[in-house]
Amino acid sequence: MMKPEEIFELLKQKFDDKIIGFENELPVDSYIVVNPLAIKEVSKFLRDNEQLKFDSLMCLSGVDDANEKKTKDEEGNEVIEKGTLSVYYHLHSIELGHKVNLKVSVSVDNPNVESVESIWRTADWHEREAYDMFGIVFLNHPDLRRILMPEDWEAGHPLRKDYKNPEFYNGMRVPY
Amino acid sequence: MGILDKEFSDSNIVITKTEDLLNWARLSSIWQLSFGLACCAIEMMATSASHYDFDRFGVIPRPTPRQADAIIISGTVTLKMATRIKRLYEQMPDPKYIISMGSCANCGGPYWEHGYHVLKGIDRVIPVDVYVPGCPPRPEALLEGLLKLQDKIRHETLRKKTA
Repeated sequence: MMKPEEIFELLKQKFDDKIIGFENELPVDSYIVVNPLAIKEVSKFLRDNEQLKFDSLMCLSGVDDANEKKTKDEEGNEVIEKGTLSVYYHLHSIELGHKVNLKVSVSVDNPNVESVESIWRTADWHEREAYDMFGIVFLNHPDLRRILMPEDWEAGHPLRKDYKNPEFYNGMRVPY
Repeated sequence: MGILDKEFSDSNIVITKTEDLLNWARLSSIWQLSFGLACCAIEMMATSASHYDFDRFGVIPRPTPRQADAIIISGTVTLKMATRIKRLYEQMPDPKYIISMGSCANCGGPYWEHGYHVLKGIDRVIPVDVYVPGCPPRPEALLEGLLKLQDKIRHETLRKKTA
């Protein structure tokens, strides 16, 4: 059994600046922030290392952090600072009985995260859902299609904070 | 209006109108499409099971729309499913009937405002004969809905409708 702090130290030693930080503030579960393009190699290490053996990805979730900032510059023009999207990974080692959470953050404009489908097969549909709901693109995912919304849904990704529901879909009125 | 409740006197001959005979036959054997959507489908299945016994009204589930007379829209209709339901409906032979079961199928139910994926009422896609309110409706309510549908069929006419 290893504590999240110890796991963080271990990862920091191994991956250095690809591990961005460690958040441990109650009441939220602690989590390790990882570079979105390094998540796959970090995951592989977490799964295969003898001390860690994270053989189960319990859940993978997407989040819109809703942190877009609107400010005015000196001339009174509106400056929009784009928000971020995040992906959370909840890992569990069935063999060793310990848990750890990972987080990656990407900007809304360039939401690319490395896929972990090749590490844990669970990630396949979970990543498709995160893509469907938030538009997070998982690089090297073998089959990144919508999983819940209709395949011809053109209005975007519904759980994004800037999402607007369409008036019509295939001739059917959508609003009440 | 029934046929079997007419008394037989000397011989076993019943005299009735074609219209009545057809209506009686139709309303006594409403074969429903074996189709369920959400929690309402659980209540529909309970209605089909032995305790409430849909079969005593001649309602039995058919697994193909081509042999079905009625479809019970039992649950939340997502926009994705609405397209499929429309196709199922179109595959059913006439005469065909629709029971909209529960708040979701009636009007979107709890998803009426924020359900970006929910069709706000199945009547936006296919014509509904009977609406059964409830969330979900109890089996008794669904049976009541079926009786209302039977009533509707009982008063159908072969005459061409005029505007």
